Amino acid sequence: MPFAQALREAGMAAFVAAMLAVPLVGFRLADTSTGLRIDTRFDWVAFGVGGVFLGRLLLGLLRGRGPGSGLRLDLPKLPSNAGTLFGAGLAIFAIVMPFTPMADRYVVELAITVLIYVMLGWGLNIVVGLAGLLDLGYVAFYAVGAYSYALFAIHFGWSFWICLPIAGALAALFGVLLGFPVLRLRGDYLAIVTLGFGEMIRIVLLNWKEFSGGSAGLTSIPRPSFFGIQFTNNPDPGVIPFHEYFGLDFSPMQRITFLYYLIFALALATNFFTLRLRKLPIGRAWEALREDEIACRALGINPTNVKLSAFALGAMFGGFAGAFFATRQGFISPESFTFIESAVILAIVVLGGMGSQLGVVIAAGFLILVPELLREFSQYRMILFGLAMVLIMLWRPQGLVAHRDPSIRLGAAR
Amino acid sequence: MEYFLQQLINGLTLGAIYGLIAIGYTMVYGIVGMINFAHGEVYMIGAFVSLIAFTILGTFAFANPVVAILIVLVAAIVFTAAYGWTVERIAYRPLRGSFRLAPLISAIGVSIFLQNYVHLLQGAKMKPLQPVVTGGFVLAQDGGFAVRITYLQIGIVVATVVLMAAFTLLIQKTSLGRAQRACEQDRKMAALLGVNVDRTISITFVMGAALAAVAGLIFTLYYGAVDFFIGFLAGLKAFTAAVLGGIGSLPGAMLGGVLIGLIEAFWSAHFPIAYKDVAVFAILVIVLIFRPTGLLGRPDVEKV
Repeated sequence: MPFAQALREAGMAAFVAAMLAVPLVGFRLADTSTGLRIDTRFDWVAFGVGGVFLGRLLLGLLRGRGPGSGLRLDLPKLPSNAGTLFGAGLAIFAIVMPFTPMADRYVVELAITVLIYVMLGWGLNIVVGLAGLLDLGYVAFYAVGAYSYALFAIHFGWSFWICLPIAGALAALFGVLLGFPVLRLRGDYLAIVTLGFGEMIRIVLLNWKEFSGGSAGLTSIPRPSFFGIQFTNNPDPGVIPFHEYFGLDFSPMQRITFLYYLIFALALATNFFTLRLRKLPIGRAWEALREDEIACRALGINPTNVKLSAFALGAMFGGFAGAFFATRQGFISPESFTFIESAVILAIVVLGGMGSQLGVVIAAGFLILVPELLREFSQYRMILFGLAMVLIMLWRPQGLVAHRDPSIRLGAAR
Repeated sequence: MEYFLQQLINGLTLGAIYGLIAIGYTMVYGIVGMINFAHGEVYMIGAFVSLIAFTILGTFAFANPVVAILIVLVAAIVFTAAYGWTVERIAYRPLRGSFRLAPLISAIGVSIFLQNYVHLLQGAKMKPLQPVVTGGFVLAQDGGFAVRITYLQIGIVVATVVLMAAFTLLIQKTSLGRAQRACEQDRKMAALLGVNVDRTISITFVMGAALAAVAGLIFTLYYGAVDFFIGFLAGLKAFTAAVLGGIGSLPGAMLGGVLIGLIEAFWSAHFPIAYKDVAVFAILVIVLIFRPTGLLGRPDVEKV
């Protein structure tokens, strides 16, 4: 690109950057006792605009040399079984992890959080990745699972293992109730209705104080037991706690390690279930429907029922994860179930590569661990998160781990 | 009856704000076929720019409210439109022709980004504004209850009606409007016939952002307080309004906005106010079940 043209484009970019920066960066509203005061930060604006100008100029000059636009990120092509090997390696690592020297309380707790998101990601992957339905309110099902476990455990004293299937079933029921009216609609409507549904659930939980405790949430949710044997240092009289039963010294790590394996098993169950379902007619119908709904209808598939099954199953796994979340935290409130949570789960699925099980693991690890490592920058966490979503869409719309293409594609890609 | 009239006035004012935002959603959806999820944040930026402009004018002890509002209006429209244009250029245009969910996910990213951008730059606290326009009429009096309409409410409704009329004319009569309608019907054909499609889409985003800026200014004047989170719920409700009225239809967006505003006002008056948003979304679901194309929408025929 000739220098003059690059200069002109850089000037344009700098002008737009100045337009954007002057009102919001250049001025800052500061609270004072008498009202608002305006502070100015024009040095920031100057740096920003100068940076945009130089960056655009360099980009313009470089692009003139190189062939085409080199913006698309291409990862090296791996052998076809690399994913399976890598996944198996990760699973083995996850099994031995609590017994390695690096596993202190902090690491295992963090690993539990990552695994919760992996499970949620796998659950949402059924809906978004396989069936191609955009669900922006997945956190609602997570909340239904968490609250149903908490309420049954508190009011009826039922154990985790009884409540877990109930939580899943209730979440699935909510999925069906929501999905039934709206799944006939086009995808974009579904996105907004699920988003609204997520907000509805949160508002109800926040305001129905007798039922859900309102914004104070539910406290003293029973902790899980090792198939009836409790983890506690001062048990009720006549009850043998875990460490005495197995002749160990008491340590809080025993309970945390148990929780870790519990969520690991739940997540793996989600994964195997999804992988098996994918080979059944219903799983194939999901993927076919994602690719071309009209063709599916012509072949006699009932789109509403097929979508409904994906929606309900995804919701069910969200409910399982919610029940686990409640028992792990011992405390839940509507704070934990905001739209941002849905966005994080969706980002995990999309960044991982929709439909890719391994991608979900990598993306969940990335999105949960990186902010944890950069904790001193935590105020920038969400802004970087939004930026990453946009940039990954621009550079690799298919996600980090590109899912296999459909074997036959008719006509042009949409 | 008086109470009803008062809620009607309040609901119409609220509905005007939703309607103005909803037009931005509906125009973009009509022409590009995507939900511009970041539109609510653009509206929030419009509100912030208005507040900042008012505060700057305030430090110069600017007294005349009409001139002040006009200056702020121009500033809000110009700067907010710049945001609308940039978002389209950076986050959506490269994804045109990508798979269906890509622009929507990019839009969610933009929305999270803009929200936290304003949060970081301007702080999390609610920012107050001294009332700019005060006073009003008492329309009717019944014992202790007086039905009031403020000058501000009159201004809001008049401004909205004028903007609606201007936009309808723009879409129906000018060559720009014709280009927009052509792109809406068939983008490829429009391009073959010499319509600059990229430019038309850019202008659509700029127009949507300008209307959102007006809505943001109205919000700032009417409620007198702005924070970085107002875009989320307002955007959600405005989209609901666009769907309710029939997405892609300009009068539909306005009708939907007014309906949502009225539902909110009347629900708040007679039922627990905390559940007003639940009522709005419930109505959306009910409308979608019985009239999936919205109230004024055209049935949509899918072609292979």
